[in-house]
Amino acid sequence: MDMENKKVAVFRKEHFCAAHRLHNDAWDEQKNFAVFGKCNNPNYHGHNYELIVKLIGIPDKDTGFVADLKKLGELIREKVIRRFDHKNLNLDVEEFREKNPTVENITIVIYNLLKDYIEPDRELVIRLYETEKNFAEYPA
Amino acid sequence: MVYLTRIEHFNAAHKLFNPDWSKEKNEAIFGGCANENWHGHNYELWVTIKGKPDASTGYSIDARVLSKLVKEVVLDKVDHHNLNIDVDFMKGKMTTVENLAMSIWEQLRGGLPSGVSLHRIRLYETPRIFVEYFGE
Repeated sequence: MDMENKKVAVFRKEHFCAAHRLHNDAWDEQKNFAVFGKCNNPNYHGHNYELIVKLIGIPDKDTGFVADLKKLGELIREKVIRRFDHKNLNLDVEEFREKNPTVENITIVIYNLLKDYIEPDRELVIRLYETEKNFAEYPA
Repeated sequence: MVYLTRIEHFNAAHKLFNPDWSKEKNEAIFGGCANENWHGHNYELWVTIKGKPDASTGYSIDARVLSKLVKEVVLDKVDHHNLNIDVDFMKGKMTTVENLAMSIWEQLRGGLPSGVSLHRIRLYETPRIFVEYFGE
C-alpha cells in the first residue's frame, strides 16, 4: 500500500478540574435562573473536564509523526491545563471575564490558546467533555 | 443476601481549606485544591445496599425507592452546588472525598426501608480517585 501523502489524525487527551457558573450580567436574577437553571448557582459548581486535542496531517517523512505526542502533551499542559486546572473559570481565567464559560466557549478559547503553536500544515480540532454526556467540538 | 448498587452523578464546586491555618499553610498542604475561588468535579456516587429478596416481589429494595431517597437527601443538596457553602450536611467539615462519602452514608442510613441496610458508599471525585466507606 502506498503510504505516501496519506493524512492521519492523532489525538492527545488531558484533563482539568474547575469551578464555573453560567451567568449573563446584563440580565436580572430571575432571567438568569430561567435560562441557566442550576448552572447559575451563585456559589458555583464544577466539573472534571476531559480535553481531546486532535491534529490531522501527513506523517513527517523522517520521523513518521504527525505530531510528537509527548511534546503536544507538554504544550497543552503549559498553555491550557496550568491556567485552568483547580481554578474558577469565571474568576481566575481572564478569557472568561466577559464571556460565559460554557463548554462551547471554553472549546473555542482552548483552540485559540493552542493554534499559534501548531504547524500550519496540521489541522487542529478541539473536543472538550464537560460531563460524559455533554461535549463540544471546534472548529465545527 | 444480595447486594444492590445504584450509581448516580453530581457536579459540584469545593475547595480544601482549613480556616484555622494561614493561606500559606493551606497552600502548602492542599496545593491547587486550596484555590480560594474554588474548583470543581464530576462526582460519581455508588450506593450499595444489602438485603434478602422479598418472596412476593423478588426485590431486596425497589430501585426506584432507593433512587428517590438518594435524590432527596443527597443529590438535590449537592448537585450544581458549592460543597463548602451550600450543603447543610457538610457545614464545618473539610470537603474531602473521604468526609463527603462518610456524610452521604449518614444522610442515607436512616431513610432505608426495613429489611435492607446500607453496605457501602463508593464516591469518585475523578475517574482516578475514589473512596469507599462501610460505616466502620
